[in-house]
Amino acid sequence: MTHAVTRRAAMLGAAATSGSLLLAGGNAGAQQKPAELRVGITTFLSGAASVFGVPAKQAAEMLFEEINKAGGIGGVPVKAFFVDEAPGTDHLVGEYRRLVQNEGVHIIFASISSGSCLACTPLSDEMRKTTLLWDCGTQRIFEEGPHPYAFRTQGYGTPEVLAPLLYLLKHKPDFKTLAVINQDYAWGRDSWEMWKAGMDALKPGVRVVAEMFPRFGATDYSTEVTRLLAARPDVVLSTSWGGDLVTLVRQATERKLFDRSTFVLPVAEASLQTLGRNMASGHIIGARGDHWNNHPKPKDPARLAKFVDSYRAKFNEYPIYPCHHMAQAISAMQAGFAKAIAAKGGAWPNDQELANAFRGLTFDTPTSSITLREDGQGLEDQIVGMSTFTDRFPFAVPKDMVIFPAAMVSTPVGMKSVEWLKTLKPDILAQMAAPIAG
Amino acid sequence: MSATDRALAAPPRTMRLPEALLAVLGAAALVLVAFLAPWLKFVLTVALAKGIAVLGILLLLRAGQVSFGHSMFLAVGAYTVAFLAPAVPEALLLLPLGALLAGILGLVIGLFVVRYRDIFFGMLNLALSMVLYSLLEKLYALTKGTDGIRVSGLTFAGITPDRETQEWVMFGLALVLAIGFGLLVRAYLASPMGRALAGIKTRETRLEFMGVSARRVLLFAYVMSAVMGGVGGTLVAMTTRHVTPQLAYWTSSGELVFIAILGGAGSALGPFLGATAFELVRVYAAAAVADAWQMILGGVLLAVILFAPGGLWGMLTSRLKGRGA
Repeated sequence: MTHAVTRRAAMLGAAATSGSLLLAGGNAGAQQKPAELRVGITTFLSGAASVFGVPAKQAAEMLFEEINKAGGIGGVPVKAFFVDEAPGTDHLVGEYRRLVQNEGVHIIFASISSGSCLACTPLSDEMRKTTLLWDCGTQRIFEEGPHPYAFRTQGYGTPEVLAPLLYLLKHKPDFKTLAVINQDYAWGRDSWEMWKAGMDALKPGVRVVAEMFPRFGATDYSTEVTRLLAARPDVVLSTSWGGDLVTLVRQATERKLFDRSTFVLPVAEASLQTLGRNMASGHIIGARGDHWNNHPKPKDPARLAKFVDSYRAKFNEYPIYPCHHMAQAISAMQAGFAKAIAAKGGAWPNDQELANAFRGLTFDTPTSSITLREDGQGLEDQIVGMSTFTDRFPFAVPKDMVIFPAAMVSTPVGMKSVEWLKTLKPDILAQMAAPIAG
Repeated sequence: MSATDRALAAPPRTMRLPEALLAVLGAAALVLVAFLAPWLKFVLTVALAKGIAVLGILLLLRAGQVSFGHSMFLAVGAYTVAFLAPAVPEALLLLPLGALLAGILGLVIGLFVVRYRDIFFGMLNLALSMVLYSLLEKLYALTKGTDGIRVSGLTFAGITPDRETQEWVMFGLALVLAIGFGLLVRAYLASPMGRALAGIKTRETRLEFMGVSARRVLLFAYVMSAVMGGVGGTLVAMTTRHVTPQLAYWTSSGELVFIAILGGAGSALGPFLGATAFELVRVYAAAAVADAWQMILGGVLLAVILFAPGGLWGMLTSRLKGRGA
């Protein structure tokens, strides 16, 4: 019986603790300069997408530490509240509310997954909380309606698909057949729809010999590789990422598929370190932006080197693109708060004043600078190149890099991406800059 | 009789009064918490909605059957709201509509799954829920795949409330429905039809000798549980305002079974106890240790299975009994 009593006591203790936690919340007044600047960050901490989420979290922790060492933002130290995206949308929208209503965060960085972003953005409207979409790529966010409190501090699906397409059309203009092998979920389907619309407008008559959508997280691509070997497409497109892409590339390399077809891999960058020497050279690779480790002309080479070196020193690997996207969001946050505080003559901004500061904001990143358009979409340049190996890195990096200015490859404000891509004319190829050897 | 069987058996008459009292106290506590910590209103609304769905699982548990695919009815309710909200924004219409569609699907599926028992019953439900999941995911043009659908603005009896009021309306709606279904299930379990469910669990042939069709008894319970799943789904969709195929995935069904075990199958209060505890543990574990909260949740389940096989309800009743003696 004593056993039961101790258990009961433990239960009571637990209930008491949770009760005190329960009532600990409440909204602090936002106008006063706060004791700390609270930032809610949603990212994948578990599951398949944690290969993106965890490095980004590490980057955030590293940069916040640096900011706090330098005196914080507007003299206020920064504190991050991380939230796991993996349990799904209904959990995440609850967590978003918790961050706003209980933790009293001043700003939120939302989401790797497009589904999470689509759920969080309307919440930012309702709760009037400035939300930086720090990594998700869906073009639907700003094309389906205005969101006064949401801003995307990096590029998105349309430029990330169009830039590799233009690169392909310029560097291998005579291809006649193409096959696609994308993950079977929203990004895989959306990116293919956009690619197809753009390709049909710019080079009509390309025969699509295979459209394959293996399930997300598949571990065996032997059927798909066999089909690709038989179909002999000139070009294979895959917007897969993470572990899926690593598996696909390894299994395709083993069966010499890379010798037969030219691959276009717009999200390759994050997987190249894992692949190491297993990646073949001479294929088109993208990075969802311009942040390559061998960026040919970064705006601030010292800042890029410092970011890469401190990340490597701390975590023993090169930062991948989600780390850069996190750095961009943090950079935007610093610039936004600086602008809002300056506009208020040194006083701390409220939610509305903070959101106003982000519209039209230009901020620097380690590699270039990004401007947030009037609809909230950030204009991030894209660099696409041909995979190669150098002495500097133990993994593939691009050569013959082309920098695509964001405005050239982004859908104009007020248009839908697929409709806009259908209106493209081949003369857009003439606007492309000359490749840089790298 | 093992502890589990005792917990699953119908409560004795002397337990009736404390049960009603506990229900009133529990509802009052929920309202108080929602009032004191506004952000928990959302969590508790979702908990009540899931509790209603778990109440359906409890009916099947009474017959000794575990459905590992029950979240398909939740998804049907939720997607009904998501698809129809742009055309019919009236929440009070969408709610019965979601329940009706889930009930019809429950009848169609029930007609053949009630022929099976135990592992076959569970696995067939699982398989069918995964069919629904795949459809929701693959029919990209209709369902927007894994990105899911945003539920457009809703009206309540023709009125469009502001955000704060709407949160209260949803919470109140969920609470009223939870109490309503709780009473319904209690009355049903006390009726001959409900008692026959326990007969399926102990020995089905005896039921047949008495001239009761076990299949019909189970089918009735199955359709009822599907309706409750649908109601839970519509409430979840109206609260979170975003639906994804994840709702129909087998892990979501597993979550419902988890809640049923956590709460205990001894009373209609069990599912709500379980759902509230589950959501609160999840939200606090996620807040405290963002990268290891699954472990805490798993630890809680293990602790319940090992130390309190009757679930939270079983723990409560044994405490009360201890007092009485």
